Formats: sequence, structure tokens, C-alpha cells
Amino acid sequence: MASTEIARQAGEGARAVPLSGHVGFDSMPDQLVNKSVNHGFCFNILCIGETGLGKSTLMDTLFNTKFEGDPNQHNQPGVTLKSNTYELQESNVRLKLTVVNTVGFGDQINKDESYKPIVDFIDTQFEAYLQEELKIKRTLHNYHDSRIHACLYFIAPTGHSLKSLDLVTMKKLDSKVNIIPIIAKSDAISKSELAKFKIKITSELVSNGVQIYQFPTDDESVAEINSSMNSHLPFAVVGSTEEVKIGNKMVKARQYPWGTVQVENENHCDFVKLREMLIRVNMEDLREQTHARHYELYRRCKLEEMGFKDTDPDSKPFSLQETYEAKRNEFMGELQKKEEEMRQMFVQRVKEKEAELKEAEKELHEKFDSLKKLHQDEKKKLEEKKKSLDDELNMFKQKKTAAELLLNQAQQAGASTTLKRDKERKNFF
Amino acid sequence: MLGEWEGLAGGFRASAVRPLSPHNSRTPHTLSPHGPEVTPSYSSAMSEPVHPEVGSVYGEKPSAPVVDFSYVGIDAILEQMRRKAMKQGFELNIMVVGQSGLGKSTLMNTLFKSKVSRKSVQATAQEKIPKTIEIKSISHDIEEKGVRMKLTVIDTPGFGDQINNENCWQPIMRFINDQYEAYLQEEINIDRKKRIPDSRVHCCIYFIPPTGHCLRPLDVEFMRRLSKVVNIVPVIAKADTLTLEERDFFKQKIREELRANGIDVYPQKEFDEDQEDRMINEKIREMIPFAVVGSDQEYQVNGRRLLGRKTKWGTIEVENIAHCEFAYLRDLLIRTHMQNIKDITSTMHYEMYRVRRLNENNTGAVHSNGLLDHSAHEM
Repeated sequence: MASTEIARQAGEGARAVPLSGHVGFDSMPDQLVNKSVNHGFCFNILCIGETGLGKSTLMDTLFNTKFEGDPNQHNQPGVTLKSNTYELQESNVRLKLTVVNTVGFGDQINKDESYKPIVDFIDTQFEAYLQEELKIKRTLHNYHDSRIHACLYFIAPTGHSLKSLDLVTMKKLDSKVNIIPIIAKSDAISKSELAKFKIKITSELVSNGVQIYQFPTDDESVAEINSSMNSHLPFAVVGSTEEVKIGNKMVKARQYPWGTVQVENENHCDFVKLREMLIRVNMEDLREQTHARHYELYRRCKLEEMGFKDTDPDSKPFSLQETYEAKRNEFMGELQKKEEEMRQMFVQRVKEKEAELKEAEKELHEKFDSLKKLHQDEKKKLEEKKKSLDDELNMFKQKKTAAELLLNQAQQAGASTTLKRDKERKNFF
Repeated sequence: MLGEWEGLAGGFRASAVRPLSPHNSRTPHTLSPHGPEVTPSYSSAMSEPVHPEVGSVYGEKPSAPVVDFSYVGIDAILEQMRRKAMKQGFELNIMVVGQSGLGKSTLMNTLFKSKVSRKSVQATAQEKIPKTIEIKSISHDIEEKGVRMKLTVIDTPGFGDQINNENCWQPIMRFINDQYEAYLQEEINIDRKKRIPDSRVHCCIYFIPPTGHCLRPLDVEFMRRLSKVVNIVPVIAKADTLTLEERDFFKQKIREELRANGIDVYPQKEFDEDQEDRMINEKIREMIPFAVVGSDQEYQVNGRRLLGRKTKWGTIEVENIAHCEFAYLRDLLIRTHMQNIKDITSTMHYEMYRVRRLNENNTGAVHSNGLLDHSAHEM
């Protein structure tokens, strides 16, 4: 066996040692790859773009299958994200592909909040992973990673510049996900316009500080192609699942009365470049960037927000756990205090109410008493009056009887006199 | 040939799937080390078929570039992973435990074909039996065919050398747990490194002296305790003192004793994932402990220079499987199961440590989702 003996620079604390024979650990990458093959891979793509830019068609074209799924309903009020997972297999590689589509993006009249559901969705995936990572009993190696690895941003082929919605959305997403901008339906733009459009887009992105995904150029085997591809961003793509006969072969193409746009023809569009970069060269790097950069950033922010902070290296307590404990105690203390306060307030209120009620009762009693007294007074008065009336009546009766008696006497006596008077009167006449 | 691909309506190439078992140690790998054949010239009218070698491993190598419409290129991810792994390099931490004089350092040097371990007892130095067990850890960068590895050999001079060997496993247990602790601390940092340096002990080779009878109480006790925290690979040291019959008898006794004491050495029965795993691992389990002979000196045998031990009655060839089982050990450890060993360390042993550690900090009850429930504790 050939002996390898390149004496290398020593790493931190490790001496480089030459080998005098074949050991066999050059099979390590193969062992690693085999393990991954047995495990399967997963890849998640998010497609953002306005309605009608051909997102679903492009996904179909990229992965060469007709993804089942009813065409999205475009009558929802806001932006909704629909995610579908598919299991693909090619030779011995099993891929769990998740495609997330934004339905209704850019359809609203007021697009201020359009980016929010997307950002929330991405954060939710990060949060789920973070939760799993923080669990005590966790199964990270079997965890179905749902974090978004690549975000294809579909730019409408206006030929002029980016829309402000595009800029705002991309700015909000560039620190959360790898953004790959593409010009959709690019067969609507002529070649010269396309070049100008691309330049305009790139300069607008740069001037607004939007960090789009750069294909990595640190590995020599792919540095060259990646750096050349970086200069072709954003890719101008055309998607089609229909096949047209060109020469004697069937190719994916879009047929127009004036000609046929072949999807896989480099002169016609950048579809091949996109597929090359997205799948064949950089899929693993996209996944790694998502985990090492975007997820770490999210995790750091989230943990700092929750109040955890790294302790300095000389004291090495179990930072997360202890801080958690401290926070919990603090929280409990606060809770108790609040409870006390509430209890006291309650007691006070009850007392007040009680006092009020007592007052009211007293008033009522008083009123009742006074009314009663009034009533009694009245009654007395009335009785007196009645008595006096009775007395009067009696007196009157007496007087009446006395008067009647007198009258009778008088009548008797006067009967004669009246007769006399009558006679006199008669005599008069 | 074209028809075979065209016939698939938008589907993928349904090539025969060769089950990639981990034992293809000696077969030459048809995977090219230079990534997918990405033709850099993109000027042609028709798209060039980008055909990485990976996809055509199964002997169907097309003679001319064939236009394959249904090929997407998902399997190129294997190549990408390989590239990334080659760039990052690998780490391996092996611990050797055994009484002095059992040939631990020599075996390490033989395994890795270089001076990775210095003999602890020098010929000229004064013989001094250390009072306590030391843990000495030395790292080396080795490279083979572009694959870089940081190998750390952790030596434990003084183990089993005292008169009273009670608790001699404790420093070792503590060391192993310290490595887990260090990794855990890094992992729960807010601002953590891209690649957490892995100093966890992946594998512990335990040297059994070739008495020929049975395991000593020290061996049983050590293996019983440590098999719970680390992968133990027991080997019979200096096996050239045993005849084949004695060797077989010894091995059988050892296996019985391990079983009787409930010691689960690598490959552990409880971590077998599926039928295929079990089959492969059963074969290995029938062979452990490997009877090994180590040597770092080469001798001329039949016109070839081989590693061996020269005695008056013959030369023991280290890599000859008729002579000793060194080759099996090397294949297991390095060529086929290295990744598996590391995986079991990180997904099983480390996780168990983590669960224990996180639980002992909180005496509260545990929710069904694993998060801690403190309200129960408060009540």
C-alpha cells in the first residue's frame, strides 16, 4: 500500500505525525456518507413571490415531478403559508423535501404586514428546533428538521427595478434565511433588458444592505464555478412541465407562436444554473449555513431575550439551569407578592362595601322610624279632630233638640198668635 | 440505453439500489474525490448532462454522455457531504486501559502505523510505580489520502498496578465524565462555537492479561462500571502466549463472564437498530474479545517486509489473521465502525450523561415533553 507522509503544520496542541503504512481511516468520509444515506436527508425550500409568478411550476420543473397538491386558493384575506412534504428518491439517496409556498403574497391592498406571516413561520421552525434542543430527553438525530434552508424570492419581470415590497421583505428575511433571488417568467424580458435589469437589481440590493446568499468560494473544487455563478445572480428562470419535440428529442419548453423557450437551454434562461447551484453543488452548504449562522443567531437572540447570559469563564456554573432557577424564584416571589396585594385589596373592598351597606340600612331604619312617627302624629291629630268634631256634633244635637223643643213650645204658643196675625192680615185686606 | 431513462414519466432513475453496508472496507470506492463532474463550460446550445460519478456506481457507466432528462442531481449531496467532511477533518479519541506491560502503547502504534503513543516505562528510566493513576492525553494530526484526522490517545498509566486497586476506575470515570461536561458546557453556551471541539472519549480499549483462565475481579468491576458510560472494546493482550485452543477457551470464558455480569461491550446489544445491524453485530460479538499482538518493528517474511515479532521459533505476523486478530480489530475500529462508534458516543452515552446532569440540578418532576415542572416541587 502506498504510504502517505505529508508532514503538516501542527494544529492546536497536536503534532503532525507521518504514517508508515496504510491505516485505513481514509474510509471515514465513506462511513459518514453511508450513515447519512441510511438516515436520509431533508431539505426545505420556501418560495416567496406574488401570485402568478410560477412558483409551483418552477418547483415541479426543478425536481422533475408533478407535486400533487390542488392549486392554491387565492381568496384568503392575508398571506398564508402552505407547506407540503414529499419523499423523493434518486439512486440510493432519499430526500424529504418540503416546499413552502406563500399564498396571497402581494395581493393585498395594504401590504405593510405581508412579510410578517413569513417571518413568523421561519421563527416558528427555529423555535421548534430550539425547544427540541433544550429538552432533557431529546432525540436530535431523529428529529425532522423543518427549518427553511433556502428561500427562493421570485421577482416579477417588470424590467425596471425591484418593488418596494420586495426590498422590504428581503431586508426582513436576510438575517433569517438564505435568500436566492430569481427573476420569474424571464421569457417576458429581452436579453438586453435582462442584463440591465440584473444590474439594477443587484445594485438596489447592495445599496439597501440586503444580504443575499453567496455561493461559497472557500473550497477549491467548487470555488471557481461558485464565484462565476455569483456574478449571474439573480437567475432569470423559466419553468415548464410541458414537453415539446425539438429535433428528435422531447424537451421541457414553453411554446409560443414565435418560437419555443427551452427550459434547459443555457442561452434561453438560467434554469440550469439555478438547479446546479441549488441542488447539485450547494445543497449541503445551504443546510449548514442555516444551522450554523441563521439558527445560531436566532438561538442567541432568543436566549438573551429570556434573560440568560453566559457567565464569565472563571466561574462555571450551569448557566442555563441556574439562571432558569433564579428567574423562576424571582417570578415566584413576584407572583406571591401580587397575590398578597390582591388579597388585601379584596379584603378592603369587602369592608368598604359592608360599611356602605350598614349605612344604608341605618338610613332606612331612620326613615322608617320617622315615617312611623309622622304617621302616628297624623293619626293623633286626626283623632283629636274627630273628637272635636264629635263634640261639636253632640253640642249641635243638643242645641238642635233644645231648639226644637223651644220651637215646639213656641209653635204652640205661636199657633195662636199666628192665627191672630193671620186674622189681622186678613182683616187688613 | 436512452429508452431506459426516457420511459420514466417524470420519475427518477430506478437503478438497482445496492445496500451500502458499512463493511465495504476493502472494495475500491468508485466515488471520485473531486466532486460531481461539473463541466465548467456552459456555452453549448443543449444542456450538457451533468453526470456525477456517484449516480452511476452500479457499473452502468455510460460510455458517451447521455442526455438524461429525468435526472435532478439530488444524489450530488453525497459528494457535497464528502467534500465538507474532508475539509473539516475528523476527530477520534481512544483511551487505552490496562496494567502496565500489556503492550498498550505498542498496540496503538501498530494500529496507527506511527509513534502516537510513547511507552510510559522507558528502558533507562528508573522503574517507578506511580502512586495514583494518571491520565495522559496526547494528540496527533494524521493524514491519509487527503483525509485529516486528529487522533487523541489517552493513556492511563498506573491502572491496576497498585497493591490495593480499589476504586482505580474512579479517576477514569471522572475523566470521561469531565469530557462530557466540557462538551455540555460548550453546547449550552449562548454564544457557541461553530464546531464544538469533541474531546469525548469515543472508545476505550481494555487490555485483558492473557492468563488463559477467566476475567479477574478487577476486569469485571472496571468493565461493568465503564460500559455504562463509554464504548468498551476488550482485547486479549500479548496473545502470542496462548495457543489457539487456549485462546478459544479463554474467549469463551470471557464472553460467558461478560454475559453473566450483564456487561454490554461494543457493539452493544441494546443499540442495535434493525435486523441488518443485528446480523452484522452478532458476527462481531462472536469474535470479541480480539486476541491481538502488537509490534512496530518490521521483519522480512517471504520476501515482504511485515510488521511482526521475531522469536526463536518463528515470526508472528501482526497482520496475518491466522496468527492473531489484530486485523479484525483494526478493521472494526478504523475501517468500518469508526463512525458508528462516534455516533453511539454522541447520541447514546452523551445524551444519557446530559439527562442525568440536567435532572440532578432540579429535583422537580418532569413533564411529558421532557421540560421540567417546578410547580409540583413548589406544592
